Formats: sequence, C-alpha cells, structure tokens
Amino acid sequence: MKFYARRIAFYAVTLWAAISLNFFIPRMLPGDPFSILMAKLQRAGGIPAGTENSIRLLLGAAEDQTLWEQYVTYWKNVLTGNLGVSVTNFPAPVTELIGDAIPWTLGLVGTATIISFVLGIGLGAFAGWKRGTWVDSLVPSTTMLQSLPYFWVALVLIFVFAVSLQWFPIIGAYDVFHFNGPEWSWAFVGSVLYHAFLPALTIVISSVGGWLLGMRNMMVSTLSEDYVTTAEAKGLRPRRVFTTYAMRNAALPSLAGFGVSLGFVVAGSLVMEQVFTYPGVGKLMITAVRNNDYALMQGVFLVITLAVLAALFLMDLIYGFLDPRTRHHD
Amino acid sequence: MTDTDTTETPTPSSAAPSAATPSTPSTPSTPAPRSGVRQMLPSMSGKLLAGLVLIGAIVLFAVVGPFVTQDPRSSANDAMLPPQAGHWLGTTSLGYDVLAQLAEGARGSLVVGVTAGLVAILLALLFGVVAGYLRGWTDEFLSLVTGIMLVIPGLPLMIVVASYLQVRSLWVVALILGVTAFAGPAVVLRSQARSLRVRDYVSAARVAGEKTPRIIGVEVLPNLLPLLASQFLFAIVLAILGEAGLSYLGLGPNGSITWGTMLNEAQGGGALTRGAWWWFVPPGLMIALFGTGLSLVNFAIDEIVNPKLRLAPAAAKSVREARKAGKDKLGRRATGSHDVAEKERVDA
Repeated sequence: MKFYARRIAFYAVTLWAAISLNFFIPRMLPGDPFSILMAKLQRAGGIPAGTENSIRLLLGAAEDQTLWEQYVTYWKNVLTGNLGVSVTNFPAPVTELIGDAIPWTLGLVGTATIISFVLGIGLGAFAGWKRGTWVDSLVPSTTMLQSLPYFWVALVLIFVFAVSLQWFPIIGAYDVFHFNGPEWSWAFVGSVLYHAFLPALTIVISSVGGWLLGMRNMMVSTLSEDYVTTAEAKGLRPRRVFTTYAMRNAALPSLAGFGVSLGFVVAGSLVMEQVFTYPGVGKLMITAVRNNDYALMQGVFLVITLAVLAALFLMDLIYGFLDPRTRHHD
Repeated sequence: MTDTDTTETPTPSSAAPSAATPSTPSTPSTPAPRSGVRQMLPSMSGKLLAGLVLIGAIVLFAVVGPFVTQDPRSSANDAMLPPQAGHWLGTTSLGYDVLAQLAEGARGSLVVGVTAGLVAILLALLFGVVAGYLRGWTDEFLSLVTGIMLVIPGLPLMIVVASYLQVRSLWVVALILGVTAFAGPAVVLRSQARSLRVRDYVSAARVAGEKTPRIIGVEVLPNLLPLLASQFLFAIVLAILGEAGLSYLGLGPNGSITWGTMLNEAQGGGALTRGAWWWFVPPGLMIALFGTGLSLVNFAIDEIVNPKLRLAPAAAKSVREARKAGKDKLGRRATGSHDVAEKERVDA
C-alpha cells in the first residue's frame, strides 16, 4: 500500500509543479511577449477587452494584480477548463482546438508505437536467442536507425515516395478535396490510412531500433540465468525455453519502457507532424508558436503534460501489479 | 536498460575500487591480467574502432572543414546547382555552397551537443550521484525534482521556453537542451550510486572517517566512470537531435549555422519539391553518422558496465564450437544423428 501512496503523492506534486511551471515560464523569461502579441492583434483589428485581460493574465502583464492573485485566478481558470482563446483562430477556445487535434495524434502515433514495439520486441528476442552468431554483427546497425533525426527520415520518405514516385500524398491526414471534414465512411477511412502510412512508417523506422536493442540485451542477460540452464538441462523444447522461460522475463523492462512511450504518445512526434502537415497536437503547437499565439501554445503544453502524467500514473499502477518487485524497491 | 542487478552482488575482493568490474577472460593478445585502469577501458573491437573512426572523422571535418571550403554565407554562386566539381555537394536556392554550410554546421551542432551534454551530465551528477549516496531528505527532494523533469515532456517544454526568447545564442540553446535532458542520466546514475553505497569498501571509508565529498569523489565516482561516459555520449546525441528539431522548427540559435538550420532552410527553400536532395540529405546523414559513432562507442562501454553482454555471447559461441568439434571427432556416427546434431546446433 505504501507503494501506491508514494506514487499518488508523487503524481500530485508533479501535477502541481507542471501547472505552476506553465504559469511561471512566461513571467520568468526575458522579453515582452505581451507587447508583441498586442501589436499583432492591433494590426489585425481590435479585440474585446475580456480577451485582452485574459492575455494579460496569461503573460503576466496584469499590473493591477499581485502575483499571488494572478496565480489564484490562473488556477481557477485551469480547474474550470478555461485555457483562454486562440488568437490564430479567433475566437475559438483553446480547449476546442486541442480537442479536435488530439484524436489524430492519438490514432497515428499510438498505432505506430504499438507496431514498433511488437516488431522490436520480436526481433530483439530473436537476436538475443541467436547470441554469439552472425546476428550479433547486425545488432550495432540498429543504432544507426536510432541516431536518425526522425523528421529527417520523414523528409527523405516524402522526397522518395511522395515527390519522386508519387505513391503517397505529401501532406494532410485525409483527402481534403473529396471530403469536407471527418465522416464515417469506408472511403474516408481508406483515405486516412493512405495518408497515415508515411508518418507511421517514420515513427516505426526511428523507434524500432531502441526496442530491439533493449530486448536483445535483456534476452542475453536472461539466457545466462541459472533457471534457463536448468530448463535446458531438463530437456525442454527450445521453443518452450525461448517463450516461457526467457522471453517472458526479458520483456518486463521493455514493457515498462512501452508504458512510458504510450504516455508520451500525446506529446507525440511534434516535428514529424509539422513535416507532414498532419493536423495533430504537434502541428497545433507549432502553428501557435509561429503566430505568437501564446494562449494556444501554453494550453497545448499543459494538455500534453497532463496527458503524459495521467498515462504514466496508470502505467505505474499496472506495472506495480505486473512486476511485484517494483513495489518493494524504494 | 542494462541490468543493474548484476553489479549489486558484493564483490569478494572488497578493498580495491577496480574490483567492481569482474576480470575479463584474458584474450590471447593480452595474456597478463589487465590492470585497474585498463579494466575501465573498453577492449578494442571492430565496433569500437568503427565508432572512434566515425567520431574522429566528423570532428576533424568540423575543425578543418571551414578553412578549406568557401564562405558558407557567400551567395555568389549559381542557385540550386547539383553536385559537381567545385561544389561537391551543390548549392542552395540562395547560392550557398552546401559543403561549406555542412562544415560550418558541424561546428555549430557539435558545440551545442557537447555543451548541452556537459550541462546535462553535471546536473545528473548532482541529482543522481549525490542523491543516491546521501539518501534521506536530500535524496527525496533531489529525486522528486528528477522525477518531475523526467515526466514533463522535453521537446514541448523546449519549444515553449525557446519561443519566449526572442534572441537565442548557440549557448542559450545548449543550456536549454542540457537542463531539459538531465533527468534520464540522473535516474541511471542514482540507482548505480545507491548500489555502490552499500559496498564494503565504501562502508570502510565511511567508518574510517572520510568526509562525504571525498567518499563521493574518490570511492564512488571512479566506479561510475563507464556509466558516466556512456550517459554523456547519449546526452550529446540527444542534444544534437534536439537542436536539429528546434532549428528545423525555426526555434534554434539565431545567426548561427547548424545541421538543423540547414534542414530548416532546405524545407523553406523548397528543396523537397524541387528535387534538391543534395541540400537536405547531407545534414541529416551527418547527424545520423555522428550519432552512430557515439552509439558504437557506447556499445563497447555497455559491455564493461554489464559483463553478461560480453561473456554470454562468447560462452554461447564456445559451446557451439565445442559441440561442433565433438561431432567431428565422433565421425563414426550415422549420418542420421548428424542431422539431429546439426538441428540442435541451429536451435541453440
């Protein structure tokens, strides 16, 4: 029970720290984002006083309130789900824009992460099983995959498959000329899958090496354990030793890592979404940055952080159940 | 993800710090037992050599390159020239020589990477080693900070911070990258420092009345060196990748050329749609090669930190060879059992 109490306390403190960080970053850093934003808005036409006040509050330019009062108001806003109004898509609320973007990121990055994990674990277990053979010399080449900047992989894939060969579309999540918006039809689903192929391939290529290597190394360690030798000496079939004795135990740390990456799915592949102009959370954040839309930018940052925290918390509980040893450490 | 449990077993010969890494079976070339310092150094292998050559070549390119190429900001050339004599990697849409930009960018990227790596590893030392050794409330506090930094997504945080800074020098970007990247190494170092703290020789030093800074510096730290080195190399790779991402989004250092800013300009200049592969392929490839070089060195270091990775494949190989040799001796066996033995060999 102490394990769970500690984890809950940790996530509570982290939650507080993350939300406070979001409040203090604009105030701690030099520069005058408020003036920049106001000048920009003035050029585009006037804005209502209420919006100006909320921007003042967000960027710490509200001179009539003490820091503490601003902090309290900020918390009130966060707790009521009020993250302000976007300047780019004036006057759409930030929460609405984020709500529209999240399913795209979750679907694409989530699926790609699962594919990459399954593939990497399978190949890694095989490479570990074949330790001391020619397979060993292939293992270091996976580090090349890990060192590739993933958005550069995306650029190369676009160049080869979308620009030169024209097999796949260059941008977007679905065919905007055929569909006015998301709808439930087979044609639309097909279009989404067709558009998601290159982005997903990017994620798989750049992340599969890490899973493979981690699994291979754990597999090698596990296979030198005494119980594996015993299992072999008992005359068990190699297949049984491989699956039930070695792989199950070796996969535990990778599972923990998988939980963490699932947590970071919403944080996603920000830059990759920018390259493919994929309408996910990352694209939204970068659009906000480009347009000095601070409310939207910080809203996205907050939502990403909260999603990561929630996912990690869930994963912690599940992992504590899967591997009882973690509950006793610490 | 290396198995730290292996190092938690107390070593029988307790006094010498070098006893932390079990002695390697001496290779034919080095029959004498390796001395304390040599044990900490990775044994020369193909992987290590390839890694060192890659790193050396790229560092050399960064140091010497800018002197032998033309001015990377000179737009006197024709635009969008494909690779040819005089412009080995062609030119950009503004007439910059890509090779010259690549050399200058190597300097920028390496400076950012190494600086950020240093910042990250110094913070990791404080938050990892000190926390792991001291325990108690100091540990609780430092670990909490590490934990928070670990779960707050790094790239979005970097983007938010960088977007508020209107002027970003190379050093500021490196600092941001380092501060957001220390948590991972800190966790690894902390768990190792915790296991070292209960070793007999550390306890002996404590009982002998050594001061805490001295124990950390002289008894604990030297045994963390391989791990520290591998974490440092990882931090450099991550920082270079992070810088490339930030620069690609236009949030990198202003006024400097790095591999990331080259990619940003290539995207902006329509390199993709105009088929100028010579513009955007080299910077990414350089990042990948440099990262590969560092990772290959890390492989060699990993095999010191976790001896099973080195010993187990070697053992499996020797078993297989012994079996093969045994089979050859018993040449009297029928060919049918030969197939069985062959199958066993493949399965193993």
